[in-house]
Amino acid sequence: MDKNLDRLNVYASRLISQKEYFVPGHRACQGCAEALALRLVAKALGRNNVIASATGCMEIVSSPLPLTSWNVPWIHVAFENAAAVASGIEAGLKVLMRKGRIPPKRINVMAMAGDGGTSDIGLQALSGAMERGHDFIYVCFDNEAYMNTGIQRSSSTPFGASTTTSPAGSVVPGQTTWKKNMPEIAVAHNIPYVATACSSYPFDLMEKVKKAAAIEGPAYIHILSVCPTGWRLPPQMAIHAGRLAVETGMFPLYEVEQGRYHLNIDLSELRPIEEYLKIQGRFRHLTPEMIEQIQQRVGEEYEKLKKKVRMTNEGQE
Amino acid sequence: MATRVGMEVSIAAAEAVKQANVDVIAAYPITPQTHIVEHLSEVVNNGELDAEFIPVESEHSAMSVCTGSSAAGARSFTCTSSQGLALMSEIVYITSSLRLPILMLLANRSLSGPLSIWNDHTDVMSIRDCGWIQVFVENGQEVYDHVFIGYRVAEDRNVLLPFMVNLDGFVLTHVIEPIEFLDQEIVDRYLPPYQPKYSLHPDHPVTMGAFATPALYTETKKAQTESLTEAMPYVLKAWQEFGDMTGRYYHPVETYKTEGAKVVLVTQGSLSETATLAIDSLQGAGEPVGLVKIRLWRPFPFEEFKEAVAGADLVVVMDRAISYGGPGGPLASEIRSALYAQEKRPRIVNFIAGIAGRDVAPEDFVHMIQQAQERPGEWYELYGVRE
Amino acid sequence: MAKPEHEITWKELNVGCVIDEPGNAAAYRTGDWRSQRPVYNKDRCIRCGTCYIFCPDMAIKILADGYIEHDLYYCKGCGICVEECPTDAITMVDEEE
Repeated sequence: MDKNLDRLNVYASRLISQKEYFVPGHRACQGCAEALALRLVAKALGRNNVIASATGCMEIVSSPLPLTSWNVPWIHVAFENAAAVASGIEAGLKVLMRKGRIPPKRINVMAMAGDGGTSDIGLQALSGAMERGHDFIYVCFDNEAYMNTGIQRSSSTPFGASTTTSPAGSVVPGQTTWKKNMPEIAVAHNIPYVATACSSYPFDLMEKVKKAAAIEGPAYIHILSVCPTGWRLPPQMAIHAGRLAVETGMFPLYEVEQGRYHLNIDLSELRPIEEYLKIQGRFRHLTPEMIEQIQQRVGEEYEKLKKKVRMTNEGQE
Repeated sequence: MATRVGMEVSIAAAEAVKQANVDVIAAYPITPQTHIVEHLSEVVNNGELDAEFIPVESEHSAMSVCTGSSAAGARSFTCTSSQGLALMSEIVYITSSLRLPILMLLANRSLSGPLSIWNDHTDVMSIRDCGWIQVFVENGQEVYDHVFIGYRVAEDRNVLLPFMVNLDGFVLTHVIEPIEFLDQEIVDRYLPPYQPKYSLHPDHPVTMGAFATPALYTETKKAQTESLTEAMPYVLKAWQEFGDMTGRYYHPVETYKTEGAKVVLVTQGSLSETATLAIDSLQGAGEPVGLVKIRLWRPFPFEEFKEAVAGADLVVVMDRAISYGGPGGPLASEIRSALYAQEKRPRIVNFIAGIAGRDVAPEDFVHMIQQAQERPGEWYELYGVRE
Repeated sequence: MAKPEHEITWKELNVGCVIDEPGNAAAYRTGDWRSQRPVYNKDRCIRCGTCYIFCPDMAIKILADGYIEHDLYYCKGCGICVEECPTDAITMVDEEE
């Protein structure tokens, strides 16, 4: 693996379109890898895209009336309903085209939300939309806590992390639960496409988004979005941290296409989890025992994932 | 020409939605709204209506789907009751701020708890200030008519607001009534396809639902409240045109035998029909008692109401919701406000009755009026409660 | 360019507060958040575009010849371009310098 880029195509950045659909002047924090992920997603989807956004960081940084960072149609309604609003947009555009009231055209509909808006408060609306089979992409920008309201824990916060509602106390050392496996919940809906991505791997991310857009039916993309503010990490380290999350096995990059698992970066050996944890203030209080506990869990989960890859591809190749 | 058919009101309502050529329907089942959506799913699945029927996983998503589809430019419909309205209320407030012309039929039912599936107005009164145009109807024909009238008003470029039709659960939704159906060509002329001012489409990218800081929020709310107040003439116009077309004229405040009445009873919804029987019997006995029905709840028709009760010394208001720890019922509060600045103000007595489907017979209205006449002062009470 | 929010009257708002000027937030300067600014050494640049692809603030332009330019109107000074540059062609200096 090259130091900086997936695919070793070092000069690929120069080849992609310089057109932005999420424009500069947004008010995300310094080094926000979630804003970067959003920029890459919007770039990959291009012009023919309509977005329904949940309440959250990306909504707030991009839409202070009378200004908008959006070059594509975009709507925000509430926190927990991005998937339902997107369902309505998809249904509306479809029926208007069918009735000949707007010209037929391939328009992608995307719902976006953070990890709280996805795995906690928005889970029901998302489950409903996936089950009903709307032709849309749902993108979860997972920064592993409620960052917009001040770094409160969510069900997506990793074990051990200190947040403002799971503080590292003298008795309870931070988050006591394991990160909810949201991509697996999406997979359980038997939708045609599920993927994980990270803005530290921009081409991988953009390819997945394009693939999701091309597929008919619901697609779910879960993007680890490093938050220097909430993770207590120097902003320049945001991309590096995402890379470590992948290389330690904390956040494996994989796709599930029509039920078949595929690891995008198949690591023969995982880097020690400590390399990832030690650069973040939210994990500073962890004891060697807790680090060992996390290391073991990450190893087990990674093996489980590899098993799924083997099981779902048996006899296929 | 128009045909008259005996039909369950819920079915007639769904038929009206079909005739209104609605594009997207999103609903979640709740008693007593279910027959409306069941029939709608039938007309869609039988190809009688070309629409997307979205069987959502909650009322919250029902209103959210309608918000998305209406923002995309599609004529959108939902209906609910009680707890369903309570669950979707967060989004109900947002659709009016986004100025999306969604139509909702609300089959009025009590709010829990205790759980009750029966009819009163506690559900709608809980979202009184949601910014929608809100009307009450009295019978099946009015339900049917207001589907067309509702969209006509809501989608008017000068209005662009969501429209809520309140129809009493069970006593309207589940009864068979004679309905005069409109010919499709008449409906189509009255209600052309929705032409949104703004819609979500890549050819003209817009941002909807931006947030406002304190520096601008007050201005957004001023614009919103003005939009609702200023909707009044367009509601009147839509009713007038509907009347000219069908002979059925509707008014924000409707009166029954109020000429020379010294006592006026005020009602909303289907109990108004029962109340007319009480008025007939009292007038037969020589009592100068009339009836005023509030059809338009938001925007509230202050002037029309004042005119309707101009000659009265006593106004007896029947509410079907309680404001706990407050001054009685929400309708009476509104009426007191409307009349407060009058030089000669009638005495106002408030009964809260017909809660959770408890029967209110014509004799009960007679009894309420007599009690109000006998007992001085201004007061409210829960009618017919066992002590 | 949209009027500043504190000057807008209620009558000037679009129906439903819709914003019909796409991307008008581009007029908003985020460059003054910076305490450090990037300094680019063209001689070391191999024109790979890595800095461009990783910039969360779209504050790096790729020029026609493949070299880059920071847009200090937007650059918040996060330093990702410095950290990610494979040839150390960008360094951060304090704004006062």
